[in-house]
Formats: sequence, C-alpha cells, structure tokens
Amino acid sequence: MRIVILGAGQVGSSVAENLVSEANDITVVDTDAGRLRKLQDRLDLRTIVGNAGHPETLERAGARDADMILAVTQSDETNLVACKLAATMFNIPTKIARIRAADYLSHPEMFSDENFSVDTVICPEQVLTDYIAKLIEFPESLQVLEFAEGRVSLVAVRAFHGGPLVGKELQTIRKHLPNLDTRVAAIFRQDSPIIPDATTVIEAGDEVFFIAATEHIRGIMRELRRMDKPVKRVMIGGGGNIGRRLAKAIEDRYDVKIIEYSRSGAEKLAAELKTTLVLVGDVTDEDLLQAENIGDMDVYCALTNDDENNIMSSLLAKRMGVRRVVALINRSSYVNLVQAGQIDIAISPAQATIGTLLAHVRHGDCVAVHSLRRGAAEALELVAHGDAQSSKVVGRRIEELDLPKGATIGAVVRPPRAEAGSKKASGHQVLIAHHDTIIESDDHVIVFALNKRIVPKVEKLFQVNIGFL
Amino acid sequence: MSWLLTIAPVSALIAMAMSLTHLLPIGVSLALDDGVAQALTLSMMVNFSVGAVIWMLTRQHKRELSLREGILLVVTVWAGGALFATLPLMLTIPQISFIDAYFEAISGLTATGATVLTGLDYLPPSINVWRAVLQWLGGMGVIVLVVAILPMLGVGGRQISKSEIPGPMKDEQLTPRVTQTAKGLWLIYAALTLVCGLAYYKAGMTPLDAMIHSFTTMSLGGFSSYDASLGHFNSATVELVAITFMVIAGINFSTHFLAWRSKSLLAYARDTEARYFMLVIFASVTGIAILLYSSGSYPDFLTALRFAAFNIISVGTTTGYATADYNQWPVFAPLWILFLGTFLSCSGSAGGGIKMMRAMILYRQVYREIKSLAHPQAVSPVKVAGQVVADPVVFAVLGFFFVWVALLVTMTLILGWTGLDAMTAFSAVVASLNNIGPGLHQVGPATNFSILTDFQTAVCAFAMLLGRLELFALLVIFTPAFWRK
Repeated sequence: MRIVILGAGQVGSSVAENLVSEANDITVVDTDAGRLRKLQDRLDLRTIVGNAGHPETLERAGARDADMILAVTQSDETNLVACKLAATMFNIPTKIARIRAADYLSHPEMFSDENFSVDTVICPEQVLTDYIAKLIEFPESLQVLEFAEGRVSLVAVRAFHGGPLVGKELQTIRKHLPNLDTRVAAIFRQDSPIIPDATTVIEAGDEVFFIAATEHIRGIMRELRRMDKPVKRVMIGGGGNIGRRLAKAIEDRYDVKIIEYSRSGAEKLAAELKTTLVLVGDVTDEDLLQAENIGDMDVYCALTNDDENNIMSSLLAKRMGVRRVVALINRSSYVNLVQAGQIDIAISPAQATIGTLLAHVRHGDCVAVHSLRRGAAEALELVAHGDAQSSKVVGRRIEELDLPKGATIGAVVRPPRAEAGSKKASGHQVLIAHHDTIIESDDHVIVFALNKRIVPKVEKLFQVNIGFL
Repeated sequence: MSWLLTIAPVSALIAMAMSLTHLLPIGVSLALDDGVAQALTLSMMVNFSVGAVIWMLTRQHKRELSLREGILLVVTVWAGGALFATLPLMLTIPQISFIDAYFEAISGLTATGATVLTGLDYLPPSINVWRAVLQWLGGMGVIVLVVAILPMLGVGGRQISKSEIPGPMKDEQLTPRVTQTAKGLWLIYAALTLVCGLAYYKAGMTPLDAMIHSFTTMSLGGFSSYDASLGHFNSATVELVAITFMVIAGINFSTHFLAWRSKSLLAYARDTEARYFMLVIFASVTGIAILLYSSGSYPDFLTALRFAAFNIISVGTTTGYATADYNQWPVFAPLWILFLGTFLSCSGSAGGGIKMMRAMILYRQVYREIKSLAHPQAVSPVKVAGQVVADPVVFAVLGFFFVWVALLVTMTLILGWTGLDAMTAFSAVVASLNNIGPGLHQVGPATNFSILTDFQTAVCAFAMLLGRLELFALLVIFTPAFWRK
C-alpha cells in the first residue's frame, strides 16, 4: 500500500515505524526537517518537508497515487484540510485524521463526504485514556482490550497463588464456572508463549490471556487470582493531554488527585475538572507525594510526557506504598527494562494506539487490531464473508480451519439476523469458540496470534476468493 | 463641576416621564371619585414643569455619560425621584410629615415595602395605586439596573452577572446593546405583571386590588392596600398566586429573558442560582412548617404549611407581604425568615439583600480557604455553575459583604443609640438594608415603621437606598475621590 503520513510527531513516527515493517510504501510529511531526517535515518521511507495543509506539499508527497492518507499533525485544522484536499484533488480512497478537540468530535456530521471527507477519525489520547481507565476499573489485569463494540474482552492477568484455578488443568474451568463461558487464548510463562489445550496447567506467575463476554470478566478473573479491594483513590502524575482526559473520565467514580507541574496548567485543569483535587508540583517531589498521602492511593498513574520522570515517580510512589503503579513510557527499551519489576504496568502509547490504525492497513475485512506484549503478539477482529465455496472459513467448524500454528480463535460475535417472516431481530450473539463452533457469514471472529509473523496468513485465510466478487 | 450638568437633562427627562405615570392614579381617582384627582394633577404639573425647566436650561450639555456620571445619575434618579414621589402623598394625606412621606416614597421606589402609614384601608384608592405604581417602576428600574447597567460598572462583584447567564450565552451580554436588553426585560416584566394581575382577579380580588397587588408582587415590593396585607383576603388561592409570582420574580430576569427568546425552559434548568433558590425555599418551608406544627402554633400540618410557605417566600424574596404575625412563632422561625431575606433572591431580580449568587461565591471562597489548609499545593478556583469566578470578582464580593456587615452593625448601633430595643433596631436595619419591608418586634408584620422617630425613619430610608443601589454605588459618591477632577 502507498501511504502518506502527515506529521512526524509521536503518533506519526510510531505509525510509520509499524507500517514500514509491514511492507508498505511510506511518505512522511512534516514542517520540521530535523525530525524527518531522524526518522529517515532509522527507517526506509520517503520524507517531504512542507505544510501538510497545502496542495503543493501533498502533490510532492505523491498524493496522486496514494491509497491512504493519515493526517496526524498537531493541528486538527490542518488534518481536516488535508483530508478535504485528499478527497477533492487527489481522490485518495482512505482518509484518516487525528482530531483532538472535543468540539469537533461532538459534531460527527462535519466529517462526512460533502464536508471534510474524513473516513475515520482517530484520537490516540482518547484510546490511551480508555485503556488506562480500564486498567483502573480492573486493577488486577495487565491489559483489557475490547472487541465487537465492547461485547467481548480480551484480558491479560497474572495468575497468583490462591486463585481457585491456579495449579489446575484448563478443562476444569468449565466445571468451575458453568455459567461463565471463557476461553484461554494464550499463556506466557517466563515470557515464552504456551499454546494452551485442555490439559495445560496454570501456574502461579503465568500471564494468562482469556477471552470472554465483557460482563463475565470479573467473575473469571476471580478464579485466577485473589481479588484486590476495589479501587477508590487514584493519583495522576502529570496534567497533560492524557492526564486531563483520564481525570475527567474517572473523577465521577473515584477519588482523584492530579499533580501538574505548571501553575497555569493547573489552573486550567482546576477550571475544567469538577471533583478532582488539582495540585501544583513536581511528580518526583517526595514531600508533596507524602503530604498528599500517596501511601493510601490504590493506583498511581505517571502520565507526564517525560519517560524518566514517569519511571522515577512511579518507583518513588511504589516505595511509598501505592498498591499499583501505571507508567506511560514511550521508549520501548525502557518498557522492557521496567515492566514486571517495580512498576506494575508500563504502557507504551504507541503500542496502545497503533491498533486503531493498523486495522485500516490490513488485508481482508479487519475491524480491530490490538498489539499485545509490546508488539510481539496481536489480537485481531476479522469479519468472515462469502459462503462455503468462496471463503475458507464460512460454514466450517473451527477445528477444520487451516489456522497457522500459534493462532487461536477466541470468540465469535454473530450480528443479529432478521428471520424470514419475523421483523424481530435478536441482539448480537457472543459465542466463545469451541472446536465445533461453525462460522457463518458476517460473523466477527476474534483471533489471537502469538506471533506477529503469522498474521498475514490469518488475514489471507479470511479473504474471499476472487470468484466470489 | 460642569460634568454635573451632563446628568441634569437625563434626570429631567426621567422626571418628566415619571410625571406621566400620575395618569394611572388620576384615572382611578376620576373613575372612583375619591376626591384626590385635583391634588394628583397638581403634583403631575409640578413634576412635569420642574423637569421641563431643568431640561430647557441644561439640554445643551447632553452628551454620552461617563462611568462616574452614570453612577451619579443612578443615585439622582432614586433619591430625587423619591422627592417628586412624595408630592402626591404630602398633598393628600393629612398631617404626614415630610420625612414620613419621603420614607414611604423611597420604600416604594426601592421596592422595599415598609410603610409608616396606618389605616391603608381608608386611604383614597388612587393613593394606594400611586404607592403600587412607585414600586412597580422601582422594580422595573432595579431589574434594568442590575441586569444591564451595574454589570458594566462592575459594582460589588456585579461583573459576575455576565457569567452567571447560563448556557452558551455565558460570556456575552444578552443583546449587544443595553437599550435592547432593557426593552426586552421591560416587556417580560410587564407581561408577567399582566398575567399576575389576571391570576389575582381570577382568585377573587377586585380589579383594583388585583392591579395594585400585581404591581407590588412582580416588583418584590410588598405594599398592600390593606393594613392586614395579603392576610386581608384570607384566601389560599390568592396566596398561591402570590407565591407563584413571587418565586418567578425572585429568579434572575436574564434567565427569563433567555427562556423567552429561546422559547424553552432549558434556561431555568441551567441556572444554578435559581436551583439553589428553589432548594433553599423548599427546605425552609418544609422545616419551618414542621416546626410550627410540632410547636403547636397551628392545629394541623396543612395550615402550618400554608402560613410557613407564604411568609417565608414573601420575606425571603424581600417582598414583605404577611398573612400571619410570624413574630409570635417560635423564635427560630422569624429569625430564619429574616435571615433568608438577606440572601435568598437571585441576582438580576428586583429582590434585595446580598443575593444568592454572592452567597454562593462567599460559601465557595470559605470552602477554598479550608481546602487550602489541608492541601497547601492544591489549586482550587472558586467555581459557580462550572465556571471559574475570577479572583478580582471574589475580592469584590468579599468587599461587598464586609461593607454590608459593617453597615448593618453601624446602623443597628445608631438606632439602638436613639433608644430602640435591640431586636427592633436590628430587624429594622436588616429589613431596610435588604429591601425586605417588615422587620420583627416593634416593626414586625403586625405593626409598621410608624413608631419610629423622624431620625430613625431617615436612617431606615437611607438604608433602603443603600441596599437598592448595591451599597457601593451610593457610598462612592461620599468619597473625595469621586469628586476629584
């Protein structure tokens, strides 16, 4: 695919990095030549210096033959204009724009074809905020990912001594939880993957990925580890874009304190937030953390835009007695350094948000992609199309599928079907995958790939034969 | 002093306009033949000619007013307008002293409702109409003053009324031009008065009573044509009408304006101040009704509720009608009722006192102080309706409140010095400074201000003017800085 990326900021560069490795032709546009040079040094791509909102720049970037344009500059307005130009002047089929202003997002009609022609609006900050909010809601989990509009969740959780299922074979789950259907998609033991079968035994310390209907998550998690007290108090370090959004999203449910470095920033936060206590200070200031009773906090989230600050303040907070710390870390080398050590969860913003973009680049009808374990593994939501002749999946039992080694099907979400003769459409059906589940056309299938290399094979499996078209 | 002349032609025009308002009582007088039409006509002529002469002499000085001249004009209109308004009273009521007549006129124009007259039932009906007209004009003037003019002058934290306008309008004025805003407000005020009058008539009042009481209800004034106030009618329906319209008039007229223009009730839902206003009324009425019932003041709960509701809302909104001598209730009730009058009514209404908006800001400021003790590094702005109140506004409100308390104490002491008992002195000042009307004890709902000496009456009249002009607008003209070139 020929892809034009506008903006070489954090989002732009990490997207470029991911897409280059998937054999795409990438052109990156930015006004900052230095930033582009750095990118070009590392990756095999073309760069253009110029204003992304100008037709001439887009022309030079090869917009005429591009298959997709990704407008992720700092400015919402530039992104909107670029998408409009891409549509009217260059006929680019897929236009994705990063929009941050809530005011724009609350008027979805302005993205339609006759207006700004944005096919997909993404807001990485929002994705990240939702991601962290989920972790606060399920403090025992390492990662919570949603599929099929939130109907199905994939949860990563570390098994602990004392969980009723720990030390038992997987097949006992069904006896244990007759009403909660779930499937363990993968187990990582000391960082190496195990493909689970019915006789696999869960050990303490295992990182277990299971798929279940979203409302069943809590019940299943209880079987794998002792549940903690529910979260009541949350402290957020850093009142930037993400800290602010997170505080706003959770302040109704939890007791939230937020620390912001600059006074003017803190005043803005205080004006916007309702019940959150806004503090001015340094996130690594031990006295401040002490004065604000960091030891009584259930979760501490270090969300400044500085990796070192986030790491140091998380370590400090952990030592001072916070139950759980979450740190935002951009550099992947740091993530590997601290994850599973003192810091309970290290989030890489790029990994957390790349999925929403990857879904558009993939072959086949791919609805969602989530990176797991820092990009090593992947979970995909694919839609099965066609019939038994044209498709390699429709009309077949799961055990009959020619899935590559390392890929497992976790769940199937069946859209409501209007029965002939009756107007009543039943709701979406969530089917947890068993060996005899038969896949139908239009089913959303959630596939867990232990290894990123097998993803193209999975995608190919779901592609419809040419004859069908 | 030539800048003083610039306000003369405007004042003169207002005087001439006011003289025309005599036409209503003159009409009533002619229709009912109560024998004072001649005196009223004379008053009108004097009024008009004085205005006309001043206007002729000073009209060449007419130009755009500055801030300072604006303040002086406002003071002149109220203090001087009351002077003109005394004329009909002086001419028709035998043996009334000038001070008493001036007190009555000020009480009318400031929509206070305290009276020094006894035997209201036997006054010529047209004089009662005149008193009601004064309150109605006063109320109208006050609403325009507080919604359109004071925010521009920024008196006592009044800037807030720009941001207290709910919804998407919050940082804008209601309309780009003050005159347009004023016209809209007057229209709403007049329309509500008409509806109120019709409702009173339906509830069983005579057309004359309905007119008088609709004038004094919508202005939150509280003059009545009967010594027994609204208790004269002894009708639950009349009281219900009064309660409804006192509550409506107690809400910010900007909100009425927005609701009327957007043709939806959403404006009320967004008005935080109105929400607290309703909440405090509801809680007070319930609480006092329970108190009255349990203390045996009334035999059954519904009667207790009826009297509690009416008198609380009447005094709380600073109207000042009474249907019961609440002085006789358990001591908590009259004190609480008087206390409500000091803060209950919303800013942008004709009500008096420090207003709910300022009370909310004061409360949040106190909360902020306490919070900053527990969290020294916390940033906690004072917020009202989700909007940050800028620190200068908070300081202005604190200053306003301080002056309010200082005046309350000073004037209570002055009245006490002249020989009044503590409760009478205190409640007379509270009732005057907050434009409520009746106080407690000797100036309570069963009696009136006629027991005061001339000096005491003058102090109360001054307090009413102070309260009406939001303290600072009147106090500022007593400072040397104001008169410096």
